[in-house]
Amino acid sequence: MTTYSFRLYVAGNTERSKAAEVNLRFLCDAHLSGTYEVEVVDAAERPDLAEEGRILATPTVIRLAPPPQRRVIGDLSDHDRAAVALGLPVLEEPSSERPRR
Amino acid sequence: MTGGGTIERMPTGINGFDHVALGGLPANRSTLVSGTTGSGKTLFAVEFLARGIMRFNEPGVFVTFEETAGHIRRNSASLGFPIERWEDEGKWAFVDASTGIGEEEPTVGSYDLGALVARIQHAVRQTGARRVALDSLGAIFTRFTGVETIRHELVRIASILETLGVTSMLTAERPAEYDGVTRYGVEQFVLDNVIILRNVLRQGRRNRTVEIVKFRGAPHRSGEWLFTIDPQDGIVVVPLAFLASSGRASSDRVSSGNTELDEMCGGGFYRDAVVLMSGPTGTGKTLAGLRFAATAFDAGERSLFCTFDETREQLFRNADGWGLDIRSMQASGLLRVISDYPEVASPEDHFLQLRRAIEEFGPRRLVIDTLSALERVVTPRALLDFVIALGAVLRQNEITTLLTARPTGRIMATGTPTTAEIAGFTDVWVLLQYVERIGEIQRAITVLQTRGSAHDQGIRQVTIDGTGMHIGEPLRGISRILTGDISPATLWTSGSEGTEGPSG
Repeated sequence: MTTYSFRLYVAGNTERSKAAEVNLRFLCDAHLSGTYEVEVVDAAERPDLAEEGRILATPTVIRLAPPPQRRVIGDLSDHDRAAVALGLPVLEEPSSERPRR
Repeated sequence: MTGGGTIERMPTGINGFDHVALGGLPANRSTLVSGTTGSGKTLFAVEFLARGIMRFNEPGVFVTFEETAGHIRRNSASLGFPIERWEDEGKWAFVDASTGIGEEEPTVGSYDLGALVARIQHAVRQTGARRVALDSLGAIFTRFTGVETIRHELVRIASILETLGVTSMLTAERPAEYDGVTRYGVEQFVLDNVIILRNVLRQGRRNRTVEIVKFRGAPHRSGEWLFTIDPQDGIVVVPLAFLASSGRASSDRVSSGNTELDEMCGGGFYRDAVVLMSGPTGTGKTLAGLRFAATAFDAGERSLFCTFDETREQLFRNADGWGLDIRSMQASGLLRVISDYPEVASPEDHFLQLRRAIEEFGPRRLVIDTLSALERVVTPRALLDFVIALGAVLRQNEITTLLTARPTGRIMATGTPTTAEIAGFTDVWVLLQYVERIGEIQRAITVLQTRGSAHDQGIRQVTIDGTGMHIGEPLRGISRILTGDISPATLWTSGSEGTEGPSG
């Protein structure tokens, strides 16, 4: 089973930062039946990591695995577009088969 | 610097620019530098940091949105800016915000440039930067969606930079010359300080200019100032790079090479004088220039003779005809002849070349024969700038200088307004002219101005023979020497307007 791994860059403990993390976790829960990893990096605390990742905009989420790497900017508030942009598996049709929490 | 206002200035160290800015950029503020592609924006930003390190030991942070850091390092090395070494020494830091190859970043939902802000703050703290350059803002607008968001974020960055206590320079693209300030209305948030760089074709020649459009309540020079990008000196704003108030004035007198002319000028030229000799072709300007140089040779002093009119060979041949052995003067090492076509370079480049020759050779005298040849390739304004810049270098080094000029109208003696304007920046103005007298054409000479001393007001006859130029008796009854149809009185009120005019 594929393990999805994400790194989420935010700047400070703001509403936007919180929203991005909540949205990312919601999407993972909804789309990924298996395990996934989300690492949150606060650029304000770790500017060196932001530099290393060449990040300008926050929030930015990077899908580290599986390849290819994907980068998406924004708080991911549009779930459908976010799922496509992050390349998450398409949900199976019947809504009864909603992944459990 | 100059009075007025409490705005502190930060000298950029860019050659000549601080004279235009009357001291430098407003300190602890952001200044927008706007220009079309190829106008020199990136170099301006690079030099702002490089000169800060080289001249003031002030570290800097370079935020690049367009070119990669590696690209800037390489390009700058060719101008003698060792950025890599400065990075090792902790004086220069890049925030590389250029786009990676094939990177695609869709935007979903709202965002800000928080990571960029954090990276800039981090770099400023690490280096203790006093200067920050962001180059160029246009690239960030094309990269991210939502012009409003970006504009808002740039306002935020500018204000954060101010709170960090750094002086910053932000560059931006202009879609076309003489059309608004920038694309994307970037100027709306840094409206206070705006500089425009231009790169335009004028009279078939590339002209680079810099103009300060506005500075927050701080005085600055207005208008466009020519600059050149020199392989050794980088950006050089001409003529202001070379204006320095030396303050002192020489009271030593030196000979013009002609005893009668010395008398007419009140005992020779001052050692730091710049002399303009104007007159139509054949009145003896080149001869006077060669005699002037030969006098230096006789005194064992060096002189530099720069001809834009003739080849070296033509000059030597003419000298032979007047009994002057220029070849052996040159062989002795005391005379150096530069012969160049005006068309081979821009006036700024001619100027830098001349300045370098002066620095290397260290002449006591300089002849330029003729300035008018440069008129073929430059605007009157650029020629005037050339003379002002040159005058500053020459006076500083106390090099006695003879500039010759040929009126464009052939018969007109006073020449175009340019000649009169140039005369305004010289110390002595000697006029040569043809006059019609008792059925024959004669040559006449008169001294129109000498700064700081009295001079002969008369019009005197000139003859030229195998032994040189001879000034004879005053010519009486000549009333129209200055031009075919302008009397001296008209000249003073129109021709030399705005200059100091004749003294005495």
